[in-house]
Amino acid sequence: MTVYADNAATTKMSRTAIDAMLPYMESIYGNPSSLHSVGQVAAEALCEARRTVAEVLNASPKEIYFTSGGSESDNQAIRSAALSGKKQGKTHIVSTRFEHHAVLHTLKKLESEGFEVELLDVGPIGTVTAEQVKRAIRPETCLVTAMFANNEIGSVLPIEEIGKVCRERGVVFHTDAVQAAGHLHIDVKAMNIDMLSLSAHKFHGPKGVGALYVRTGVKLLGLIEGGDQERGKRAGTENIPGIVGMAAALKEAADHIDENAAKVSALRDRLIEGLSRIPHSALNGDPANRLPGNVSFCFEGIEGESLLLLLDAKGICASSGSACTSGSLDPSHVLLAIGRPHEVAHGSLRLTLSAENTDEDIDLILRETPAVVERLRDMSPVWKDLVKGRRQFVL
Amino acid sequence: MALYTETVMDHFMNPRNVGSIENAEGVGEVGNAKCGDIMKLYLKIGDGVITDVRFETFGCGSAIASTSMATEMIKGKTIEEALAVTNKDVVDALGGLPAHKLHCSVLAEESIRAAIKDYYDRNGIEYDHSRFREAEDGESCPMV
Repeated sequence: MTVYADNAATTKMSRTAIDAMLPYMESIYGNPSSLHSVGQVAAEALCEARRTVAEVLNASPKEIYFTSGGSESDNQAIRSAALSGKKQGKTHIVSTRFEHHAVLHTLKKLESEGFEVELLDVGPIGTVTAEQVKRAIRPETCLVTAMFANNEIGSVLPIEEIGKVCRERGVVFHTDAVQAAGHLHIDVKAMNIDMLSLSAHKFHGPKGVGALYVRTGVKLLGLIEGGDQERGKRAGTENIPGIVGMAAALKEAADHIDENAAKVSALRDRLIEGLSRIPHSALNGDPANRLPGNVSFCFEGIEGESLLLLLDAKGICASSGSACTSGSLDPSHVLLAIGRPHEVAHGSLRLTLSAENTDEDIDLILRETPAVVERLRDMSPVWKDLVKGRRQFVL
Repeated sequence: MALYTETVMDHFMNPRNVGSIENAEGVGEVGNAKCGDIMKLYLKIGDGVITDVRFETFGCGSAIASTSMATEMIKGKTIEEALAVTNKDVVDALGGLPAHKLHCSVLAEESIRAAIKDYYDRNGIEYDHSRFREAEDGESCPMV
């Protein structure tokens, strides 16, 4: 039995998405830019997919641009807003400390190009308030970019309030909604969102395809030069099977959003309650405003990679923010941003659920995880020091 | 998959010589928790021979496997033989480690040296200090 609990990394494709895609690989192979009938069938599919994605977000089809995924959407949105701002002499950007690297690394690059980037603290719970954003906005602010929901610790940000503040101050507001799309209600109009990134494979669609919403009236610059696809904003022959699959998956997710959220959050809460019983553990992220499927814990005295390997041997697929799992030297910037010390952040475990998970999955995780944590603690000199009082418990 | 070799996985899943030794003749601890790796080695020594060895490790799969392998390589060996074990020997015995995990084998070698140095220090045995690397200062994490 394999329990897949790493849905924030990627999801299993839904049957609906696969079935929607197959004809576009098997028979409807035309290039939508072609004038002939074979191409025009593909063009119609592209148009329909754009309508579907727009409808789910309460946007209009001409505000949707198809991309290769969340990272490209984030890069294009941020770079575009920054360069447009610069033309008006605005070079200040506001964001948060716990954004995805697709956002943070783009901002870092912009910093080296002369932009001033202000990253808001996210506090011990891991969120930002609209008030923080309001205080950070200056006359020369060209962009606020804040994630809809955090990929590691599951906190859902007050996007509607942040959007309101940005709109009042006339600042472009971008949100990386990669973890939220298909899982939380998104209404770009009601939430005053100017730009939004999403990625298909996070909601049971295919990998390598995503979308960028850009409100009419907000300038969008292209990253990729070439043909006139996506109204000249994103060159390259459209990934028709991927785009069709994404639209089908998004519509399916949106049609079942409340029932899935209820089911998944019930599983999540069982998991959180059960794992909280492990001594010297702590939940990461906002306990109240939380993604339906996210469970993130730190366990003191152990290291995350060995935890993942042992869980994998028990058939449980999870992830961790430890340095050893990332190939870098530091543990997750998200866990450090919420104030977890390095040695505690190394012992993190992220379990992310989908509607595919069952109560039996949770039973297995709750049966195996405490034993695995105990096994690693038994061989950990750090744990021994903690128990013997030579080192202070943090959790 | 195969992030790790079968030997690494075997030593990780079934680590040899886990635990501690009461009244050990030499104890060596290297690494630091901030970097995510601590290895602690306990030695029982008689007539210049390592008669027993135990370890405790806080760290990733390759850290646990490296220490486990290191204990197997020095058990029953003379101190001189144990001091001759290098990180490369540990890597080779494990059938290789991913490049970004090589520092685990370095820590394993250092843990052997630290434990033997402790044995020398406790017993007032003269030794060539240049043969023992200084322990990490703990300020920065080792890169490979």
